[in-house]
Amino acid sequence: MSFLVAAIRRDLLLAFRRRNDIVNPLAFFLMVGVMFPLGVSPEASVLSALAPGVIWVAALLACLLSVDGIFRTDFDDGSLEQMLVSPQSLHQLVMAKVICHWLISGFCLAMISPLLAMMLFLPGEGVMPLVLSLLLGTPALSMFGAIGAALTVGLRKGGVLIALLVLPLYIPVLIFGSGTVQAGAMGLPIAGYLALLGAILVFSTLLSPFAIVAALKISVRS
Amino acid sequence: MLEVKNLFCERDERVLFGGLGFTVNRGEVLQIEGQNGSGKTTLLRILCGLTEAYEGDIFWQGRPIDEVREAFFHALLYVGHLAGVKAAMTAEENLAWMMRLDPMLNKYSIAEALDKVGLYGYEDVPCYALSAGQQRRVGLARLYLSTAPIWILDEPFTALDKKGVAEKEALIAEHVNSGGVVILTTHHNLQIPGKSIRYMNLDQQASAQ
Repeated sequence: MSFLVAAIRRDLLLAFRRRNDIVNPLAFFLMVGVMFPLGVSPEASVLSALAPGVIWVAALLACLLSVDGIFRTDFDDGSLEQMLVSPQSLHQLVMAKVICHWLISGFCLAMISPLLAMMLFLPGEGVMPLVLSLLLGTPALSMFGAIGAALTVGLRKGGVLIALLVLPLYIPVLIFGSGTVQAGAMGLPIAGYLALLGAILVFSTLLSPFAIVAALKISVRS
Repeated sequence: MLEVKNLFCERDERVLFGGLGFTVNRGEVLQIEGQNGSGKTTLLRILCGLTEAYEGDIFWQGRPIDEVREAFFHALLYVGHLAGVKAAMTAEENLAWMMRLDPMLNKYSIAEALDKVGLYGYEDVPCYALSAGQQRRVGLARLYLSTAPIWILDEPFTALDKKGVAEKEALIAEHVNSGGVVILTTHHNLQIPGKSIRYMNLDQQASAQ
């Protein structure tokens, strides 16, 4: 079993022991679906026009909500120090943490997003694009979010700072993500949007691990 | 093995130590002393590469430590203030992860290590349900397992009972007698039969400035 797999297993085990990490983003996501029709209008025509943007914004904020925890507990109990002085590749450790964060946030959100689509009257043709765009877009959100989490892990209160740091990086993902769903709902081709989301994902997967490792070192060593 | 030359460190505009130099060779114990806040932990963290706010040179086996960081991490066992034990995981899971993270922790199997630290029968209990001393023992199981030549230990005896302290002392003695190096901070009066312990006092370092 490779080190990457072992590290993912450890993080998933920890996440399942503290169920909050899994439940919080999902509960937030579903609450938006419940509250939005009550607050705006229960009318199907209004909601179906707004649905792509609302679902994507909710998914993005749900990811952002949980991103602070990626390194927090490991920093607090000294596990992160042990990781930094270990001969194992930090790159792999960081990738494992990001993948784990995606599995418990973005992946789960994508899986329950058809439910939100129904609650917000998203046209049936838009559901598949919604799931696909979330599956392609949310891993990039986890990657970018981890950079912010690594930079702020040494600070006592990093929550707001993370949002300021990573929101500019989230905006392109949001634009192309909700664009995919809008195009899909109108029956237009979505391949172009998905290609752009895929490009962002490749870009973030290639570059952000370096940024995360460097940021972690700065946070711990200062 | 480890050589430090002209080390200077200041924290929050206060000089912790300056012009610090020492060499630690095989089979030696270096105990760093000083009052609270004198920079003991900072010095250990600098040696481990966990703090970069310093000036001066550190050599590992004659080469600058920045060049041989990878080899140094292979040879290093660091036990810090924080035990690095996950409260949500059991002792067994914690040990399994430690051994995965540091390949030099390979002297015994997990079951043997649990037995040695006196946690046999507690392997399925999550660590948050253990006492402070027992949690500390999980972290210190590294001492039993490690075959790394250089040990850097920050207050290893905190929260341990008398028997635990004696066991850890014996481990340190065994390690240095087999040619290892131990650098530690402790307020405990460490006794190692047949070896003289070298002391370094950081209070005098600061007042010499």
